[in-house]
Amino acid sequence: MLAQSMFEKIWRRHVVVDRDDGYALIYIDRHLMHDGSGAGFARLRERGLPLRRSDRAAATPDHYVPSRAGPQTDPHFAQTLEQMRRNTAAAHVTMFGLGDIRQGIAHVVGPEQGLTQPGLTLVCGDSHTSTHGALGALAFGIGSSEVFHVMATQCLWQRKPKAMRISVEGSLASGVTAKDVILAIIAKIGAAGAVGHVVEYAGSAIRSLSIEGRLTVCNMSIEAGARAGMIAPDDTTIAYLQGRPFAPAGENWDKAVAFWRSLRSDEEATFDREVTLKAEDIAPMVTWGTSPEDALPITGRIPDPASESDTLRKEAMRRALDYMGLVPGTPLQELAVDHVFIGSCTNSRIEDLRAAASVVKGRKARVSSWVVAGSGLIKQQAEAEGINKIFQDAGFEWREPGCSMCVGMNGDIGQPGQRIASTSNRNFVGRQGRGVRTHLMSPAMAAAAAICGHFSDVRRLTA
Amino acid sequence: MVPFTSLSAVAVPLDQPNIDTDQIIPARYLGRPRAAQVDAMFHDLRFNPDGSSRGEFILNKPAFAGAKIVVAARNFGCGSSRENAVTVMLDNGFRAFIAPSFGDIFFNNCLQNGALPVKLDEARVAAIRQMLHQSPSRTISIDLATQSVTGPDGQTDRFDIDPFRKDCLLKGVDDVDLTLTYRNEIERFEAAQRQELPWL
Ligand code: SF4
Repeated sequence: MLAQSMFEKIWRRHVVVDRDDGYALIYIDRHLMHDGSGAGFARLRERGLPLRRSDRAAATPDHYVPSRAGPQTDPHFAQTLEQMRRNTAAAHVTMFGLGDIRQGIAHVVGPEQGLTQPGLTLVCGDSHTSTHGALGALAFGIGSSEVFHVMATQCLWQRKPKAMRISVEGSLASGVTAKDVILAIIAKIGAAGAVGHVVEYAGSAIRSLSIEGRLTVCNMSIEAGARAGMIAPDDTTIAYLQGRPFAPAGENWDKAVAFWRSLRSDEEATFDREVTLKAEDIAPMVTWGTSPEDALPITGRIPDPASESDTLRKEAMRRALDYMGLVPGTPLQELAVDHVFIGSCTNSRIEDLRAAASVVKGRKARVSSWVVAGSGLIKQQAEAEGINKIFQDAGFEWREPGCSMCVGMNGDIGQPGQRIASTSNRNFVGRQGRGVRTHLMSPAMAAAAAICGHFSDVRRLTA
Repeated sequence: MVPFTSLSAVAVPLDQPNIDTDQIIPARYLGRPRAAQVDAMFHDLRFNPDGSSRGEFILNKPAFAGAKIVVAARNFGCGSSRENAVTVMLDNGFRAFIAPSFGDIFFNNCLQNGALPVKLDEARVAAIRQMLHQSPSRTISIDLATQSVTGPDGQTDRFDIDPFRKDCLLKGVDDVDLTLTYRNEIERFEAAQRQELPWL
């Protein structure tokens, strides 16, 4: 038999109907729902169709939940949350609702609960569903019509995407994290660099990442345009899953492990595209513009559109610098920040909070700074470790789990003109509020910005 | 879903690459009912913070009033999966998007809503945008059956589309009913999976 990539193996296992025009009906093993999935339920009702597999769905509210303690007081958002509670209860969907310690951002909760597993197909009505590929699942985001399709049929019509492998070889320098790796990858291949492809991340630097780091990398696959990102399951993956509430147990555990170990790409597998990066070349990264591809090492300077030859790119840079209020040639480390946000499905897990806390410890934040854990369980764990205390002593706000200021749909937005150091995944125009200037970076770098009041090289703070 | 067959209409050029769906409809409007989202299309580019119109933004220029086609740069509709980005464009009269590449989810969302995303060669798309800037309010014709686009200069280009999606668009049907006809295949798949992965 021909050598197969991991993506190929998982794809083939899920083909229900193969049409001769290249389209296939693909079975979806898991469907994660959040508080924006209401349209799908409404369409089921309109068409008089039941939710086909309530046992394969799980739900948690994240976008509209308040990040201050207490109930949602905005009547409109409260109604959205109540509608979600009713929809999931009526359809018998497992729900980690507000007040449940397991509630959090869907892409944090799925892996944490062991719902995300190697070899599965997993979808959610959210583009960052690519996160779950960190455990070796084929996971991708879909729009609300496809959410409805999955609800009604547990399947999706898909044309098979192309396969791409991005290898990061070598070892990461101290102070360089998974976030820096993915920002460096996107800077290299561009925001459309992986459109139409499923990316497998490989190489020794990727293998040496913890599951949390891998989740960060796969999370931002969509920012390179990829359909999905994935990493082969290994001992790290298996150790992570063991004992999680929805992971297999007992005699099924051994069976599952054997299956998971069979998924990695064959030695001889070929890819439509290959990209390689050297881990040693990657430094702590910061974005300067309004696309995640606009990322530079912290030691860099704001680029000059005049030195760009591509006219479209030149114009895009000008617009970005104008929006961001930046002057070419300015060292990144001289940029003062107004606010710091540590959170989002990219970087709100316990290791992220630990990394930020280790920078903050014994110091004071110079600007308003927030920490928003990705789930209630992470928040609880951080409190058990005294991490909240480190942040609070430094003047950070320690808030309730959810998407919060990553997108501001719950009202957590910045002021026009504010410069925010953010551990989230999108620096789009207006993403954190109209006129807000977002700079993406790792939790340790965001913590360093909070302490210094300007962007700074975390390697100098921790040396 | 409204069928898409052919269209001849004014086209508006959007030159910026990587126009994301947060631009097309800012997140703060997503909680509203669809009818109340119409004005949210490209809101922060169309309106000043005080609500007045930004005359310099191309969609506000009278020459492009009534446009039904967008001619964009690479990676149009990247970012968030929000389907509202497609529906708000439809509700403002747009039915087709021409670009060298699209965000994958936006592309799929178009096909689910009777909007046609057309991929053409990057140089050709840039040339069409140039023509539209030089003489605004010129029209472009698109015919789905023959998979062809005729630009303002009369040049006709063919485009690719999956036969399956083309069929759904021409008939204006969504794929759920079709999928439900495969109930037996789905049940067979599920029975086999229960044996193989009993822990799921
Ligand atoms: S944290 Fe941000 S990117 Fe992640 S699901 Fe929430 S809004 Fe989307």
